[in-house]
Amino acid sequence: MILAQTVAAAGPALDAAPALAAAGDVSVGEQVVFWILAPVALGGAIGMVAARNAVHSALFLVTTMFALAVFYVLQAGPFIGMVQIIVYTGAIMMLFLFVLMLVGREASDSLIETLRGQRMAAIGLGIGFALLVASALTRGLGAVSAQGLEEANRGGNVEGIAAVLFTRYIFAFEVTSALLITAAVGAMVLAHVERPKGMKVSQKERSRARFAEGSYPGMKAGPGVFATSDSVATPALLPDGGESDRSISRVVPARGLTSAEAAPKHTER
Amino acid sequence: MIDVWWLLILKVVGIFAFLVLVTLFTIWFERRVVGRMQHRPGPNRVGPFGLLQSLADGLKLAFKEDILPRGVDRWVFVLAPVISTTAAFTGFAVIPFGPEVSIFGEQTSLQLAEVPVGVLVVLAASAMGVYGVVLAGWSSGSTYPLLGGMRSAAQMISYEIGMGLSIVAVFMAASTLSTREIVAAQADGTPYQLLGMDVQLPSWYVLLLFPSFLIFMISIVGETNRAPFDLAEAESELVGGFHTEYSSLKFALFFLAEYVAMVVMSGLAVTMFLGGWHAPWPLSLWGEANTGWWPFLWFTLKVMGFLFMFVWLRGTLPRLRYDQFMHLGWKVLVPASLVWIIAISGIRSAARDEGDRALWLTVLGLVFIAALLGYLWPRRRPVPPATADSGAGGFPVPPLDLVVPPNPRAKRLAATRAGTGPASGSGEGADDEKEV
Repeated sequence: MILAQTVAAAGPALDAAPALAAAGDVSVGEQVVFWILAPVALGGAIGMVAARNAVHSALFLVTTMFALAVFYVLQAGPFIGMVQIIVYTGAIMMLFLFVLMLVGREASDSLIETLRGQRMAAIGLGIGFALLVASALTRGLGAVSAQGLEEANRGGNVEGIAAVLFTRYIFAFEVTSALLITAAVGAMVLAHVERPKGMKVSQKERSRARFAEGSYPGMKAGPGVFATSDSVATPALLPDGGESDRSISRVVPARGLTSAEAAPKHTER
Repeated sequence: MIDVWWLLILKVVGIFAFLVLVTLFTIWFERRVVGRMQHRPGPNRVGPFGLLQSLADGLKLAFKEDILPRGVDRWVFVLAPVISTTAAFTGFAVIPFGPEVSIFGEQTSLQLAEVPVGVLVVLAASAMGVYGVVLAGWSSGSTYPLLGGMRSAAQMISYEIGMGLSIVAVFMAASTLSTREIVAAQADGTPYQLLGMDVQLPSWYVLLLFPSFLIFMISIVGETNRAPFDLAEAESELVGGFHTEYSSLKFALFFLAEYVAMVVMSGLAVTMFLGGWHAPWPLSLWGEANTGWWPFLWFTLKVMGFLFMFVWLRGTLPRLRYDQFMHLGWKVLVPASLVWIIAISGIRSAARDEGDRALWLTVLGLVFIAALLGYLWPRRRPVPPATADSGAGGFPVPPLDLVVPPNPRAKRLAATRAGTGPASGSGEGADDEKEV
């Protein structure tokens, strides 16, 4: 609901000219949302690095991405915000999770330092870099007021993006899509295994074989049914008291059990 | 136009209440309808016609013991049902229930939030809802839930693509992504010139864009994890799938999320293909059918119709096998959507009066596609039958009747053994040993 309310608060967008966030001035609602979500985004980013478990890391990253998406919506880019959620958090991070689940639950990072003092140095450098970038951005952009947002969003945000994407940047757009498709097709070619025909039995063939003449289509009785023992080597008893060979796994005789071993075992009374 | 704060809160509470009530009703409805389809009465004890059965079940569920199995990842285990439910509820915020009405003297439209990218909000919410299912499967720490979670991850990604592509045609026809404007675009039929005659095209996109509607319907069944696509819970294969380890209120949340997601997806389908809250044809002749609170009734009835279809599918079709399900998604729905989108854009640009250029380009494009297809169409080559050399069960093992060729150095070796050969160093001797 938070998202929807944010959207409602940020985007009047009812009339033809959706002035989502007027350039330059920052509304109270925008500030409130920013100060709520900025710590969330930052916490997610730190948590992603700090978490020992890979799935927890992925979840923290999802949190950060989600917060960023809300920021995009807040900054008069509803389309890019929604696409961020659908494509990045919805599809790409889901693929990450899929792979992580294949890896298994117990896989955690080991915390042994291979280089002495590496962790402290990394933390120090990271903080230093963050300070550097933050101060540079503040100095460079702090006094600049946004220009041209109204004009870019004049015909609507989606229409504006579509117009730019399919006219001015059409070549870059198509080249990127060709690149992605090539990667996907390449992965499929690498993973593809050609199987000779006849090696895979189709469902239809299985079904035909099951109901073919001379084959009993019903369930096999489990070993030990109606018998006095529940050993896998004990054949089930037929209604006439005889033993049903079909109830024993074909592996059992092949393992060379003696007749004494395979004979019905009576439970102790 | 932003509503006053109390109106926003009222709408939020109203949507919540609507979804919960419809969920309670749908559970009863589903059990009754499936019961009728299977020649049995269904729940009929609690309340009139058993209407209060789902309420009683919900209460019972809330008082069950809440079990936290030992191997679970606690945080994620608790978080998963919450994510599922929240995401399911969020999608309904952008669905318009009706036109402008007056609530306590305030003129407002029956819709919580009007967003220029409304449909994408619903898609985003449903994409987040997948996390609940997947994380539930992962955090349970046992095999069946994990399998269910993985199935769900693959399933949702696949069917989201088909769904996203199927609604592109609606976007193109309405030239907007906003739910309210899509509904408005279906208010009246579009006049269209066909062979010199004025033809009034039907206004609802279900008639205008029927292939899109079909693909969308199949996709939302896959997206909401409902039979015959409920592979993530598949009780005959995976016990309960992702929610095997869940009990009490956490399980109830998953249950709620599934039904709310059904209602939200039905609402989206109504909005995009069935004219939203507009009255259906014979009723629309009545002048006041599309004013005031009446549209809320039409909308609810249409949603009920979709819910009935969900139930009908569940009562009729057996569950698909996983590979067949993926085959349907990737090799049928996605290509069909793409071809349909191309066809729609071709028709639209040909219909636009720009002289013959668009028409010729369309024809040229079709010829080009046909030529490309003819060139790239896979030919059926006779595949040699599997021989002994192709291994056993797919494993590259030598055939049983393998004839070992004679060692070319056999003569020399024999000579060495006999001691008549050249004096052999220790290294060479070791070499020979290995080769014998």
